[in-house]
Amino acid sequence: MSSFQTDGKPLRIGRVGGPVLSRRDGLRGALGAAALLALSACGGNDEEPSGGASSSGGTSTEPVTAWGGEPQNPLVPTNTNETSGGKILDAIFAGLVFYQADGKPVNDVAESIDSTDAQNYTIKIKAGQTFSDGTPVTASSFVDAWNYGALVTNAQLSSYFFEPIQGYAEVNTEPPTAQTMSGLKVVDDTTFTVALTQPESDFPLRLGYSAFYPLPASALTDIKAFGENPVGNGPYKLAQTGAWKHNERIDLVVNDTYTGGRKAKNGGLNIIFYASLDTAYSDLQSGNLDTLDQVPDSALATFESDLGDRAVNQPAAVFQSFTIPQGLANFQGDEGKLRRQAISYAIDRPSICKAVFQDTRTPAKDFTSPVIAGYSESIPGNEVLAFDAAKAKALWAQAEAIAPYTGTFTIGYNSDGGHQTWVDATTASIRQTLGIQAEGAPYATFAQLRSDVTDRTIKGAFRTGWQADYPGLYNFLAPIYATGAGSNDGDYSNPAFDALLKQAAAETDAEASQKLLQQAQEILFQDLPAIPLWYSNASGGYGEGVADVKFGWNSVPIYDAITKQA
Amino acid sequence: MGFYIGRRLLQMIPVFVGATLLIYAMVFLLPGDPIAALFGDKPVNPGVAAQLRAQYHLDQPFLIQYLLFLKGVFTLDLGNTFSGQPVIDVMARAFPVTIRLTVVAIIVEAVLGIVVGLLAGLRRGGWFDSLSLFASLLVIAVPIFVIGFVARYVFAEKLQWIKASVGPDPTWGQLIIPGIVLGSVSFAYVLRLTRNSVAENLTADHVRTATAKGLTPGRVLSVHVLRNSLIPVVTFLGTDVGGLMAGAVVTEGIFNIPGVGGTLYQAIIRTEGATVVAFVTVLVVIYLVVNLLVDLLYAVLDPRIRYV
Repeated sequence: MSSFQTDGKPLRIGRVGGPVLSRRDGLRGALGAAALLALSACGGNDEEPSGGASSSGGTSTEPVTAWGGEPQNPLVPTNTNETSGGKILDAIFAGLVFYQADGKPVNDVAESIDSTDAQNYTIKIKAGQTFSDGTPVTASSFVDAWNYGALVTNAQLSSYFFEPIQGYAEVNTEPPTAQTMSGLKVVDDTTFTVALTQPESDFPLRLGYSAFYPLPASALTDIKAFGENPVGNGPYKLAQTGAWKHNERIDLVVNDTYTGGRKAKNGGLNIIFYASLDTAYSDLQSGNLDTLDQVPDSALATFESDLGDRAVNQPAAVFQSFTIPQGLANFQGDEGKLRRQAISYAIDRPSICKAVFQDTRTPAKDFTSPVIAGYSESIPGNEVLAFDAAKAKALWAQAEAIAPYTGTFTIGYNSDGGHQTWVDATTASIRQTLGIQAEGAPYATFAQLRSDVTDRTIKGAFRTGWQADYPGLYNFLAPIYATGAGSNDGDYSNPAFDALLKQAAAETDAEASQKLLQQAQEILFQDLPAIPLWYSNASGGYGEGVADVKFGWNSVPIYDAITKQA
Repeated sequence: MGFYIGRRLLQMIPVFVGATLLIYAMVFLLPGDPIAALFGDKPVNPGVAAQLRAQYHLDQPFLIQYLLFLKGVFTLDLGNTFSGQPVIDVMARAFPVTIRLTVVAIIVEAVLGIVVGLLAGLRRGGWFDSLSLFASLLVIAVPIFVIGFVARYVFAEKLQWIKASVGPDPTWGQLIIPGIVLGSVSFAYVLRLTRNSVAENLTADHVRTATAKGLTPGRVLSVHVLRNSLIPVVTFLGTDVGGLMAGAVVTEGIFNIPGVGGTLYQAIIRTEGATVVAFVTVLVVIYLVVNLLVDLLYAVLDPRIRYV
């Protein structure tokens, strides 16, 4: 998101991270949709709304006005890694699959995605699909777009999504030794094959993420112009050339050529870019705004009574934790295990969620998120997430018997993201329970915190968060805790855990794969490379003028399903 | 006069170079890696990061970066933001609305401040003076975001005179309330300055002489009291212009006006050197020009001052 907030508080959904405006949330994901139900007769059109109500009676063809922020990057699918641009891309593009509100993938452009070994996929797309400029959506539209996104010289921020594909290493080194990935082959106009370097059974689940959207041929000839005026194949399209008014708004109208499961039930979508959530909340209450993804901190305590049943407060696919690096003195080996568990037992998560966040966080029960298929709140070992002062003291005393603890336990955080209150509350909980020195270690900016983390120069624990790119358990575990993984900032390594991940990735049966990932989490609860804290909630609301508003698994309203009242 | 202006303009060159060099150095020295931050919590792709560093000249030594920037200033190519937009386009969007907001604020604070200050100064110790003293202290004591939020709540949400979200292309009418909020603190200073200055000038020798000469009270007041009293006020207004433009971040945020303050704040957070330096450079130039105008105004206000 990108609007800035003058108080420096973070937008709550989305990452976990950065300064407000520049949250780089990994994902926004597709607009899921309850859309299969939406195939019935309604239908928006992109003409000017006329006076009368539309055919379905009581609904209007006026556009829905939605809260948003100035995209941080040109509107190119492979170069957008934050929510503001992501929600626009999800509206104007259709990928191979889209996600329902519960995160379940449904074929969108894809006719079928088949694999027998979780490593080699044959993807067939529906015939007769077109971009909003009339050019056909073919197998090449996907293959060319993915090759563009992966090629290092194109400097696309989401290039790592293509890492599992064979030939990625050749196109993503500097200088590249190939221009296209050898794992992608166009068979005919509606068929292409994907070969991965190793089995990844949740690869099809990822294909609803914006990095995997197709591009029309015109995009690749002039990507700069395309980034300003993107042409997609989704339920909406830009109202006209120049519809993206920077720092102000972007107006989308219904794309009549879209035939998938997300057909819009309203007359269009006007996304307004707000600098302050407070202003957006005022507009929501006065009827100038239809949907708001997150309420401002000033309204956290009151928004559910302000908005009544138009308030939304549900867990999001955002996992918050703090990581204790493996190399930290006193936190290694058996002594470290005891201390990690003691610290986890010492944190009163429900009280902090209530006092600091007004219950807009949900205390963690695992390492993933409740909105993800395969989530379980009864993984053996997760009792360390309960507050138990006596147990915490006992474990800490056992660790003291091995070696005495000296110094101060610190949690590093970026103070431009509104994290101080919970860090202070958490360290106070640890301090009071264990009787040790514990305090927050503020960094002025997100960039500063990240560079100390990346350089491994940070001394002490540090705030970590993860917003899923796609609704899969694997995405919460492999990138963060697998040995040598890109976001394994604590340098955690456990061969047993790695082996379970590998097994899960090769398992083509979804449920069996989820079982394995739950077992893998049992190991994490023993080792506690990071201390789980809570899941962020999607805390938003909608106005009186709209109905059928549901928030997707990614905490963004499912815009296509919204109906506007006449 | 012409010689004086020319000399002042020439003096701006070293100030300009020094200011930009300092700002550039400060942005350069900011800790943290802006390119790594672009990737968020996701792993940094070294190849892509190297491409981006080269694109923004971040792989060059400091002096080369600065010289490239200076070269850009003269070719009107100020570089790109991390989102790939030319900085010059960003400025073209941010400055007009902020300049208009600043104009409204300056008019509000100057007109109201001088009128109220004059009335208070003429009746020093009277009830109006006491009231204005109390009011101005109140405005100075209350933080501007409180004034802003209250104004938005009352005028946008309750009375609905204005929209809570003013947007980037407002009418002058929509800018009045934000302008009053922005100018409120300075209004209090202008009021106090005018009031003290008028009260002091009322007892000055030249005013007594003018009255003794038999001039009408109106002429004494306008030509001999007010004109002289305006010198400190004009000095303050001149320095205030730059502060209002860069410091409107709170007011702009509250009324959702995407202007200079908010853009600059974001750019600093993101360590987006090109944007920060370009914006501050323009602010420095505006500041220099406005202060030259203020100095020239001195000669108009006080006949004893002459520039040669």
